[in-house]
Amino acid sequence: MRNLSLRVPRGEIFGFLGPNGAGKSTSIKMLLGLVSPSGGEAFVLGAPSGDVEIRRKIGFLPEDFRFYQWLTATELLEFHGRLCGMDAEKLRERVPYLLDLVGLAPHQGKRLQGFSKGMLQRIGLAQALIHDPEVIFLDEPTSGLDPMGRRLVRDIIRAQRDRGATVFLNSHLLSEIEVTCDQVVFIRDGEIVTTRDLRSQRNENVRVTVRARKMTPQTIAGLSQWATCSQLDGESLTLTANSREELPEILGYLVQSGSAPFEFTPHRISLEDLFMEIVGEDRGL
Amino acid sequence: MNPVWVIASITFREAARKKILWTALVVGIGFVIVFGAGLYYQLTDLRNSNIAPFLRYQLLSATLMIGLYTVDLLAVVMTILTSLDTISGEIASGTIQAIATKPVARWQVLIGKWAGFVAMLAVYVGAMFSGTLAAGYWIAGVSLQNPISGGSLVYLECLVVLTATFLVGTWFSTLTNGVIVLGLHGLAFLGGWLEQMSGFAQGSGLVTLGVVSSLIMPTEAIWRRAAFLMQPPLAGALQSSPFANVSVPSGAMVGYAGFYMLLMLALAIYHFQRRDL
Repeated sequence: MRNLSLRVPRGEIFGFLGPNGAGKSTSIKMLLGLVSPSGGEAFVLGAPSGDVEIRRKIGFLPEDFRFYQWLTATELLEFHGRLCGMDAEKLRERVPYLLDLVGLAPHQGKRLQGFSKGMLQRIGLAQALIHDPEVIFLDEPTSGLDPMGRRLVRDIIRAQRDRGATVFLNSHLLSEIEVTCDQVVFIRDGEIVTTRDLRSQRNENVRVTVRARKMTPQTIAGLSQWATCSQLDGESLTLTANSREELPEILGYLVQSGSAPFEFTPHRISLEDLFMEIVGEDRGL
Repeated sequence: MNPVWVIASITFREAARKKILWTALVVGIGFVIVFGAGLYYQLTDLRNSNIAPFLRYQLLSATLMIGLYTVDLLAVVMTILTSLDTISGEIASGTIQAIATKPVARWQVLIGKWAGFVAMLAVYVGAMFSGTLAAGYWIAGVSLQNPISGGSLVYLECLVVLTATFLVGTWFSTLTNGVIVLGLHGLAFLGGWLEQMSGFAQGSGLVTLGVVSSLIMPTEAIWRRAAFLMQPPLAGALQSSPFANVSVPSGAMVGYAGFYMLLMLALAIYHFQRRDL
């Protein structure tokens, strides 16, 4: 890592992006005190990285989570809870809640050796949340998960943010990052390339392709309150909306005006396009 | 609950749940049965001979010492095999990351694991040692001197080996760890024999070589001290045996072994605290 300087605001979901070998996992490990930097310093919640006491407020899901195969899901969470100083009474309440949260309640008594990769990811996420941490580091939390699992993890991450926790997310799945994160940083070769605020990007102008059967010049003129129309080509109209937030109103207007729209496709520069643009197409994810 | 205790108890439970401890104990029981049967047949043969009762007792005691020496070897091998990958394996698999990022100091992780094995070895060595002694007493009516001191020294020997695997495990992979620790024990074994050879050639370089080997790895020296404390006079007089009293390590060697173990533990903690996980 070189010149990596980051400030992550509290209560945000922060995405960390970069190609393989960019230093994403190493950065997380440095912040958690697992790896010592050869120079420089890092602080988490105002304490130097690696501080033992501050870890009471930090949760971590390592990449490719693995643990003792002979433990059951319940025993694993109890063990991690006890390491965090939780007593038996607290664990009796917290462990079933988390197992239910990650969808593993039916497997609470099953040993980890019978778990699929996706199930291990889920139980790994549960152990990261066992002590209600203020900052949560998730290294590839959705790898190995099916679409339902991904949605579940996404909902959990958002719920954590909504309760005030900060989530530091490292993922290869750019579409996941795109819909989950508030802010992202791109790194390459151990250096920050750029930082993007995805919330503001959601409010940026967006180009839309509309295909409708009965589009009249009056209808197109009426769109000017939300968008700038560029061209009409038969049934197809391309327009640039002022804001992504206004897209439902535009669609509603087209329906009400009797245009019979049968396609409404917003185009914007996806995170993947941005990633390729910044990192370079010759580098893999 | 103290994190050291949490980690120690899961390490102990791991041995029980992975069936290492139970398998080792079943093998141990098998050993005690075979040993007891051998002792029984030796007793029958001796009764049918004209050997004087005193000599008969000495011969049976010597057999008991052989049984205990086998227990000692089994315990050392069992110690190495069970503890070999506890540090290096968990670092390699990344399992340690979920533990080391909890509010637990790294020294607590290492001491907790070490304490778990210390408890497990107490069960194993205690069961094997007392089982063999009980077989000797009930079958042949022989008992040894200072069995508690002897058993404690065999346990200390296992703890030295355990601590060596912990120290090497903080530096090297599981396989390399096994090669190094077994190699060190082999060196100690060789050193013990070289020292005994020196009994026949006073002042030879063999003594120096043997002592240096014992200082590098004092495990065999601890066994020879244990054997000296327990053995009957005849077994001790058997030159060139693991029980020979030709060159008996002093009590200071036991003190050195204890210091050596604590130093290795401190070095293991020092390196584990600083290394990347």
